[in-house]
Formats: sequence, C-alpha cells, structure tokens
Amino acid sequence: MPTPAPLWLCLGLPALPLEALGLGEGPVACVLSTGGQDPRVLIGSRAAYLLGIAPGMRLGAAHALGHIEVHSRCGSAEQVALEALAAWCGQFTSLVSLAPPDGLLLEIGRSLALFHGLEGLVRRIRAGVSDLGYQAILASAPTPLAAIFFVRAHRAIHLTDPRHLHDALGRLPLGVLGLDEDVAEALAGLGLRDLGDCLRLPRDGLTRRFGPELLSLLDRALGRQPDPRVPFEPPARFERVLDLPHEVDDTEALQFAARRLLLELTGFLRGRGAGARRLLWRLVHRDRRESAFRLDLVEPSRDAEHLGQLLQIRLEQLALPEPVRALKLIVDEPCPLASVTLPLLPGAKERNHAQSLGFLERLRARLGGEAVRGLHLVPDHRPEAAWRFCTPGEASSSLARQRRPLWLLAEPRALVVREGQPQLRGPLELLSGRERIEAGWWDGRPIARDYFVARNPAGSRYWVFREEHHRWFVHGIFD
Amino acid sequence: MSLEAVLKDPRVWRFGREVAPATEALPSGFADLDALLPGGGWPVGALTEILSEVEGIGALRLVLPALARLSQAERWLAWIAPPHLPYAPALAAHGVDLARVLIIGPLARPPERFWVLEQSLRAGACSAVLAWWSRVDWRGLRRLQLAAEAGQSCGLLFRPLAACRETSPAALRLVLEPSGLRTAVRIIKRRGGAIARPLILDLRVPGL
Repeated sequence: MPTPAPLWLCLGLPALPLEALGLGEGPVACVLSTGGQDPRVLIGSRAAYLLGIAPGMRLGAAHALGHIEVHSRCGSAEQVALEALAAWCGQFTSLVSLAPPDGLLLEIGRSLALFHGLEGLVRRIRAGVSDLGYQAILASAPTPLAAIFFVRAHRAIHLTDPRHLHDALGRLPLGVLGLDEDVAEALAGLGLRDLGDCLRLPRDGLTRRFGPELLSLLDRALGRQPDPRVPFEPPARFERVLDLPHEVDDTEALQFAARRLLLELTGFLRGRGAGARRLLWRLVHRDRRESAFRLDLVEPSRDAEHLGQLLQIRLEQLALPEPVRALKLIVDEPCPLASVTLPLLPGAKERNHAQSLGFLERLRARLGGEAVRGLHLVPDHRPEAAWRFCTPGEASSSLARQRRPLWLLAEPRALVVREGQPQLRGPLELLSGRERIEAGWWDGRPIARDYFVARNPAGSRYWVFREEHHRWFVHGIFD
Repeated sequence: MSLEAVLKDPRVWRFGREVAPATEALPSGFADLDALLPGGGWPVGALTEILSEVEGIGALRLVLPALARLSQAERWLAWIAPPHLPYAPALAAHGVDLARVLIIGPLARPPERFWVLEQSLRAGACSAVLAWWSRVDWRGLRRLQLAAEAGQSCGLLFRPLAACRETSPAALRLVLEPSGLRTAVRIIKRRGGAIARPLILDLRVPGL
C-alpha cells in the first residue's frame, strides 16, 4: 500500500487567552484587556458577548454595558494550555506540532483509515476539544500553512486534493498571511484584495517589492517549498493545574472541574498507549496551601468515566478543609495497559473480572488501598508470623495446619493467674494437651510457648499459651 | 400488584405452609441443620443473622463449610471489619481458598460500614459477605436484604443476642448458645416455616 499523502489539520483556538485562564464559560462576563494607555477589550467570554461587548471596544464602554471582570492576558498559561492540548492530540496522530500562539497542527494523513475517514476524525476531535472547554476552528489542507490560513480566515475547509489548493487559497483575504502592517498596507495600496491577486503577480516582482518572505509564504502554502514542522514531544508524566475561575467549596463543583482534567489525562494516556494506576490530586487553597489525596487503581485505566466515578466516591468522603482555588492532577508513571495483569481472580470470565475489578476499585477509592486486602500464608512456625496481608487475589501455597483458631488476636493478651489457673471471664479449663512452639531464634524475635485449647465457664474456647515463669496469654478464639 | 403476584414473591410465606417458595440455598455442611433450612441450606441472595452472646462457641465454624465451598467459585468472600484477625492458616485448614478472601477494614465510621456492606452485597462480586454489627435498624437491614438479593450474595451478619428482640427482615435468624462442649442452634426465623426445635451441633475444632 502506498504511503498516504500528507494531510494537515489545523486546530485553531480563537478564545485560548481566556480559556487558558479558565474564564471562557462562567456566568460572569469576563474580558481580557489590551492594557496600555487606552485599554480595550482584547477578547471577551461568552457572557460578555451576550452583554454586547466586542473585541476592540474601549474598556470604559464595556463597563457601561454591564458588570464585567477585567483580567490581563497570561502568555505562559496559554503556552501551557496549548502544550497540554498537543499532548491530548497525541491520541489521533504521532505528529503534532505547535503553531503558537493559538494553534496546533496535526498530520492526519496516516490516521484517516484508523478513524474511519476525515469526517469522522474531524467530528471526534471537535467534540473532544469542546468537552475540554475550548472553542475551536478546524481546517485541513495538504500543506500545514494552507490549513493555518483557512483557520485564520475562519473557514472550516477540509481540502484533501492538492490540485484544488491554488484556487482555495486564492479566495482567502490577505489578512491570513499575518504580514507586518507596512507590507499589508503596501499590498492594499496596489489594489490587491486576496491571495489570488498576489498569486497572479510575477514572482520576481513580488520578491523585489516585498522581500523574499511573502513569496516564501505563498510557496510553502502551495506546497512548492518544503515546510518541515517540529514534532511536539509530549512529556513523560502528566501534570496539569486547572485554575478555577471562582473559589469552590463544594465537592460537586470540584467534580465538574476534575472531569476536564480527566479528559485531558485520558487523551494524553491514549497518545502514549498507556493507562494510569496512581492519580495524585492536589487541591490548592488560599495562600497557595495545598491538600492532597491519591487514587490507587488495581488495574491501570484510561477510562475517563471510570476514573470519574472513583473520584466521585473519594470526593464524597472528603471534607474540604477550605475553599479550593485550583485543582492539580499528577500521574507520574503512566504504565502500559496490556502488560500489567494481576493474579486477580485467575480464570475469571471477563464480565466477572470487570465486575470484581469495579467493586475493588470503588472500595479502594472510598477507603484507601490499605483497607482492602487479602490473606496469605507464610511458612513460619510462629503463629503471628504464619500469615500476612497481601494484594487481594494472591494465591497461597497450601501450608494449612490443623488445630488453629479461626480468630487470632492482633497481640497476645496477658491473662491474670489465680491459684495457678489462668483467668478469662472466669477460670480457664484446658481442653487439649500442650503444643510446644519454639521458633524465631534466627531473626531475633524468638518464642518458646506451650499452647493449649482452653474453655471458660461461659463455654468460650480460646487458644492460650504459657511462657516461661508461668505467664499466660490468650492468642486466639476458636469460634 | 395482584394478590397472586404477592404470594409468588419469595419474601412472602403463607401460614401453615411448611415448604417455602423455592429459593436458592447453599448446603451448610451440617446435615441436621440443612434439614431445617428452607431449600436445604443457607439462603443465597438474602441476609442471615447469627446471634450469640458468647464468643468462641463456633459461630464462624458454623458457616465455614459453606464459605469453603463458595471459595471454589469466582467471587469474593468479603469480611467487613472483622473483630479480630481471621487467621489464614485456620481458614486454609478448613478448605477456604485464601485467594478469594477479601478483608475490608479497619473502617473509620458507621456510615462507612453501611456503605461497604451494601456495596459488597449489591456488587455481584461477592459470594458471601460477613459482617459484625450490633447497631443496625430495620430499615438498614431491609436495604441490606435488598442489596443481597440484587447481588445474589450470602449476607452473614453476626450480632449480639439482644438483637433477637428486634424484628428483622433477614431471611434467616439463628441463635447460638453453648450447650456443654457443643453448641445449641435455635432457628428463630426462617422463610416458609414455623420455629423449629433447637439443634445441638458439635462445632469444635476437629481432633479435640
């Protein structure tokens, strides 16, 4: 099969400056200010547009239209958001490239077959990006620059045939080129309106008048010149902070915000063919104080729904110590999905396995991993060392001994001795011959005990032992 | 709901009818006891209460043969906040496959215990759920009974004797009392049957 022709999808994020600050959606009208002497609206949230506020408007005029919050732009937040989105896009193609300040390029020629064609892929990316809370414009073209130009012209064109590229580009306004103002003015002065007008001019004339840059742009957009793009390298670990537009003090709102982080995480994991086993959540409060909790999974997962359910169970448990301003999610070691298999109910059919797994995960999410354990035998003669807790489902070799009580006390408990007879709610009557257990001299915790089965007047049967000097202890209950 | 439908419900039994509507039962491993239990064993998908005032008379030993049998299947035996350490060597000696044993706890607060109990019974992932709990009211027990039905789980609730004075929606209620070296088992509630005569069982460790 021949290698599929390259196809570039540009993902343009016109509202990124607001969205990167978590201000895109809220009920309060937010605008970013251009700053400077005569501050104007750079961009406004949905609520701001509903008030009639438009980019370029003076801030004073915007204030007159209703209650607004004014924020300033944060370039580093935009960069972080863009990179996070690039990592998320890794699930669709192995070649993602940043197109700062507000775009991403995805080479999707090789992904089309996997995602059932261009239409399906575009629909999926658009829905996913929207779930993450971004407005997006998507366009595709055989060259990266053409895709960028389509997006800049706000045209959701998806053009796969290079033969139509010339015509399609020709209809775009000159503004998409992003030229310096003086060059743009010079072009307009010549009466040029769109790229088509430029393309009709003689090439050497263009270079002479406007320098090599303009011609190079057009050539790269048309595919006449190579336009290599630097692949984005996603980080090895996932770490993402979500600033909450307003302080949150109930866990339900927190759950909503967390969903976005989980969606980002699952996209990131899909791009790496990995799953998460340990999710570290940090809640940032006032004065940058943090509280944290951990979600440990039995099996790695990248199912946002599943992870969300587990988080919800944990959040319901959590009394927020104080309002939350930001939410942080860290997954240090994404692990391969397939290669981790636990001895969890070996031989279980898939449905049972899923049911059993879901049950364990819910318990662990609510109670913590330490509260859900299995039992394991240990070859040791000391009764207290003959077992240990283990991961649920771990198989034990058979070392079963008869005549052991079903209950063991966490610690042997000393018994009062009266007239030579040990007491436990009355005098204990010994029912069995002694069993001598002497062991542990090799690791510094030696024991030398004579064990008996004993019964008290109420009829309760205990496992008791006598140490040297006739000290008596109860160690178990025959129940 | 028509009267007929009500009468068909396995939770309903008619006075004078000795045989309960067919429900799944799990042999207890004690033939004398099975003879008295509707269906011939511990009710599956239902709650059983085992009440006793005295520890160390075989309450656990009583359910162990059933647990050993259940551990052959693919579901968990969940022990919820047991009062002591279930001793692995003894469980294994009684034929319980330890790979199926799930010890849940310690649990911080009572609501936690109820949540875990209900989850475990309902999830369908546990063949048996063992819990030690005195303070649970009728409504709570009713929810647990429904959860056990949904998850087709054997819910085994160990409670102090005083609980026998309260009514309970559990399918089966037993009282255990010492009787010399053996144990008297009294059925105080069972489906589709009147109160049976007490039974004396030997619940000592074999070989004593």
